[in-house]
Amino acid sequence: MSRLFEPGGDSTMAARSGRVFIEGIALWAPRLPGWDAARAILRGEAPPAAAPAARPAPAVLAPTERRRAPDSVAVALEVASAACESSGRAPSALASVFASTFGDTAVSDYLCGQLARAPLDTSPTKFHNSVHNAAAGYWAIATGCPEPYTAITAHQHTFGAGLAMACTHALVDQAAILYVAYDIETPGPLATMAPSRGVLGAAVVLAAVPSPRTLVRVDLRLEQGEARATRARPANEALVEGNAMASCVALFEALADAVPGQEVVLTLAPRLALRLEVAPGG
Amino acid sequence: MRQDHGRTLICVTAYTVACAAGVGRMAFASALRERVSGLRPNDFSAAPLETWIGRVEGLEREDAALPAAFATWDCRNNRLAWLALQQDRLLERAAAARERYGAHRVAIIVGTSTSSIGATEEGYCLLQPDGEFPPELRRPIIHAPHSLGDFLQHVLALEGFCVTVATACSSSAKVFAHAERLLRLGLADAALVGGTDSLCGSVLFGFNSLGLLSPEPCRPFDPARRGLSLGEAAGFALLERDGDGPWLLGCGESSDAHHMSSPHPEGRGARLAIDAALTAARIPARDVDYINLHGTASQKNDEIEGRLVAELFPAQAFASSTKGWTGHALGAAGVIEAAVALNAIETGLAPGTLNSSAIDAACGPQVRLENEQREVRIAASHSFGFGGSNCVLVFGRERPR
Repeated sequence: MSRLFEPGGDSTMAARSGRVFIEGIALWAPRLPGWDAARAILRGEAPPAAAPAARPAPAVLAPTERRRAPDSVAVALEVASAACESSGRAPSALASVFASTFGDTAVSDYLCGQLARAPLDTSPTKFHNSVHNAAAGYWAIATGCPEPYTAITAHQHTFGAGLAMACTHALVDQAAILYVAYDIETPGPLATMAPSRGVLGAAVVLAAVPSPRTLVRVDLRLEQGEARATRARPANEALVEGNAMASCVALFEALADAVPGQEVVLTLAPRLALRLEVAPGG
Repeated sequence: MRQDHGRTLICVTAYTVACAAGVGRMAFASALRERVSGLRPNDFSAAPLETWIGRVEGLEREDAALPAAFATWDCRNNRLAWLALQQDRLLERAAAARERYGAHRVAIIVGTSTSSIGATEEGYCLLQPDGEFPPELRRPIIHAPHSLGDFLQHVLALEGFCVTVATACSSSAKVFAHAERLLRLGLADAALVGGTDSLCGSVLFGFNSLGLLSPEPCRPFDPARRGLSLGEAAGFALLERDGDGPWLLGCGESSDAHHMSSPHPEGRGARLAIDAALTAARIPARDVDYINLHGTASQKNDEIEGRLVAELFPAQAFASSTKGWTGHALGAAGVIEAAVALNAIETGLAPGTLNSSAIDAACGPQVRLENEQREVRIAASHSFGFGGSNCVLVFGRERPR
């Protein structure tokens, strides 16, 4: 198989080969409640949601589970289901990559506080919800999906790194994959060290080949050297300000604009970036 | 759904381990050979907890601190990672890869379950009157789960793709699968994989709350087993497309889709991962000489894994759990399991199962108690985690055709 991401190689070849196809798009934040609303808001055609909801209520969970689910699980499962629905693909057939900068900081805050107060009274449910793969695990359970998932973090580069992993997985396996990125509000003393405000979830279903499901074609190129991420327009950035995953909005703004030839740069590391050329249609 | 795109050759050109049973490959191999356990009565947790742990000696000592230039990342977890990097010329080998391929072409993909949450726990115990962390702990990166990957990228002066994978107990096995994909697509030319997890209150009291901790040294696959002994460990491997060393023949990943903290009763996900790994490796089950089992000594894992191995592998396969030496190192378990398999290929040592005096009736003849010296051409390792995340790795002595 050809190597797709060799920087400094034949760029035409790289651009042609490093190509994925977005089949489903989802976004959820209190002021961007769902992709249909968000698309119009990000394009500046509609005002942000007036009465923001604190968190979504994903229908993929049973009502009791929905109430009990930590914020991270609620927002991740909401966008995961919405992206699958938008693609028309069965969730149980898709491998997935779940990315979060800090994971469920509310559970971390609880655990660290409880350990300082009364460690022997630690809640077993909170403990198993503390793993970074909790959202991915609940997703696999809720959808009965035997395909592998992964759960990653790359600090401020999490969104780009997770997307690069999802693209890699799709291209290697020549199969569609679900990519989910989220962060929630950090409560308590942890907020001084791992700050994040509001909940934000974003997801796409990616495929390696074009099909009637294709919504957007994405050409990928790896770039080395000082990495500068594309920023969304100030009005759009403001809608998710302070959330650790806010940088994802640059890509979703481009997806909402749906203008041919738009470029979005996502950082993967301080000196490595992924350049995406986003084109509506196959 | 998935197509076969041909074999990717991945050579394990260097690897190391640091765990309670030994720091560095030679010390660990010697402990395995001599059957010396690294477990001891719990002397780690703030509140008393009757259990045994695999604690790495001396991490809290002044001389274990990170070099001054990396003081920002100083914490127990990164100290353990640093200790491992100094073994088996890993630092030199990583530097050589950086020279050979370029800093941006060497990826870091490492696994952890709790990263340096121990430092955050400490911050909560030492909160200042204003509700802030004490000044020495006001270092945001050690309170983030990417603490491990970020530390490695800085200390190794690498500029490539860098992620921390956190899928609980499969984390540092899945990193091999993720690196294989990156290398296959050319996103990197080499990858440092592995992982680190260190003891902390979260895991000790968390596993205690689930009733999974053994009050005695863990006895994997023993019918009288009473649960896990937790441990801490770090292990790293350098993966390249060519070189001298054992070869990664195949990776298999799957999800149980069953329960957050309990494995599927028929081992559905584990079976899928084993099948996928063997298929990727193009190896029939009868060719596997040694399997390092996940074998945590929990009631369910061992029963389900033992039954599955009895069903899928021939009687002459040699399978064992080495948790009696190391304890269960959670996010670092995958790379330790892989290291035992790699050591078996290189030295022919198939370690038995320490601390156990009998084998659960659910198991077949594959699961062994005693060590054996045998020819190991193909070895596998099993990693099954919370959230139903499974990963199986298959390694071979010879370069595949």
